[in-house]
Amino acid sequence: MTLHMDISEETLGGILAKAFRNSAFVAGFAITMLILAMAIVSYFWTPYDVTKLVIADKTQAPSLAHWFGTDHFGRDILSMTMVGARNSIAVALVAVGIGMGIGVPLGAFAAARGGLVDEALMRINDLVFAFPALLSAIMITATFGPGAVNAIIAIGIFNIPVFARVARAGALAIWPREFILAARAAGKNSTQITVEHVLPNIATLLLVQGTIQFALAILAEAGLSYLGLGAQPPMPSWGRMLFDAQTRMVVAPWMAIFPGMAIVITVLGLNLLGDGIADILDPKSRRRR
Amino acid sequence: MTAYLLKRLATAIATLVLASMVVFAVLEVLPGDPARLMLGMNAGADQVELLRDQMGLNAPLPWRYLHWAGGLLSLDFGRSYTYSVPVLDLVRERLAVSLPLALIALALSTIIAIPVGLFSAGRRGQAGDTLAMGVAQLGVAIPNFWFALMLIYVFAVWLRLVPAGGFPGWSAGVWPALKSLLLPAVALALPQAAILARVTRSALVEVLNEDYIRTARAKGLPYRAVLWRHALRNAMIPVLTILGLQFAFLLAGTIIIENVFYLPGLGRLVFQAITQRDLIVVESVVMLLVAAVIAVNLIVDLSYAIVDPRLRSRQ
Repeated sequence: MTLHMDISEETLGGILAKAFRNSAFVAGFAITMLILAMAIVSYFWTPYDVTKLVIADKTQAPSLAHWFGTDHFGRDILSMTMVGARNSIAVALVAVGIGMGIGVPLGAFAAARGGLVDEALMRINDLVFAFPALLSAIMITATFGPGAVNAIIAIGIFNIPVFARVARAGALAIWPREFILAARAAGKNSTQITVEHVLPNIATLLLVQGTIQFALAILAEAGLSYLGLGAQPPMPSWGRMLFDAQTRMVVAPWMAIFPGMAIVITVLGLNLLGDGIADILDPKSRRRR
Repeated sequence: MTAYLLKRLATAIATLVLASMVVFAVLEVLPGDPARLMLGMNAGADQVELLRDQMGLNAPLPWRYLHWAGGLLSLDFGRSYTYSVPVLDLVRERLAVSLPLALIALALSTIIAIPVGLFSAGRRGQAGDTLAMGVAQLGVAIPNFWFALMLIYVFAVWLRLVPAGGFPGWSAGVWPALKSLLLPAVALALPQAAILARVTRSALVEVLNEDYIRTARAKGLPYRAVLWRHALRNAMIPVLTILGLQFAFLLAGTIIIENVFYLPGLGRLVFQAITQRDLIVVESVVMLLVAAVIAVNLIVDLSYAIVDPRLRSRQ
């Protein structure tokens, strides 16, 4: 027999000790911090100015002067990769924020109300899921014009049903518990119970889903930018850099290699972080992907 | 079971109808007048108005929706604004590229993922499992279009084994056509295979902890037989669910991958149609893709009953 334990009952020190023994968490945390640091540093310093075109230095192979080489305008790829991190992080952060901010209340509300409200919300969810997200994102960005803001909205919209579904499933498992009954007996209404008891108990679940969606949003943003529908030049973005690289694969493969690796490492870091958090806080319900 | 079947079918149809309304409504707000686009900037306002009438663009909204939806049902998708050919011909031609591409990718992903999942689950915690799942973790993180660029560099630019892009058409022979679909299919399949391998492994690990697995081992069945005959079959439900979802991913993925490889497929058609404001093509292709996703999810749900006899008898 195992005793059920809520997160709040564990000490912070205990959680931290577990975290540092979890290799997925440590690796994921380190990578994520590294990418974040790279984005922050890019505001103050980059090896070269990414807006300055030096045609004389165009498509140079990686060297000591340009670690990642230069692109077709002579811009330093390392500097562009650093600045590109900003765009990826900003788009993904806001898109996941939209998804959580709207999806979680919807899912929690559906679980609290049940019946017709629940049924209707879940059918709308099914409807959104029937549209391949990338296709719809392309339609949205093509309709309202390409750009980082429309990319955020397009990716954000498809995060809403994901968080609604996760929040609902999590909340449904919490509602039959004894402490909810106790809260009811104390005279709290369903909104109070949701905010004070349900949401804190599904926070882990949402955090883990958040890291997954963050990683997916970075991939989606890169895809949209690659198609020319995301961030517009001169703002460097990893997807856009890959688009520029495509026709120059023969002469300058490094133009494709480094921004791509930046995407892979970032997504890998976030996925490891999510796996790690899921393991540490709830070893029983390991994330299945 | 019959009641479940009917209910499932009814929700699928309702979703499809709602989806068609959404597609129609969204494209209504799309800026740009198709009649103006067809005639060019020099055409007079009365000319444009005449063409709008001919194209039925001036009819009331509900009527136009019913006309369009009715057309879809009878496979009359209308004529493309930019290509001036029936959309159905266009779709049929492009589907001959995209459907084989998606199916090869799906097959590749399954052929790779299930054995890797079995391998890892059979050795859970050991070095082989850690290595395989590490590679899978990496595979999940790789964007398919970047992977495609790397494949082009290695296999087309460097080794010159396959063409870097383009499609000779099936009339050029099955092998040349297949050859040009090979890299795109691999690029689409590998990231999906990574996801599927992880799902297969965790589903198997869960099943391997069950009592009946111990019983099967206790009665003397070799481990391999237990894994294949008892565990895999019981782990199929999550695997099938992900396979169904992946079909939607693969369909959408063709949009980017076909652009990387300059393949004249459905994905490239819809992407170009969106940028050219060829609404009727966009509407038709999007509906086709949505219908495919809904149909596949329905098939997946129904196949649960085939895989798991317990679900068949349950009311």
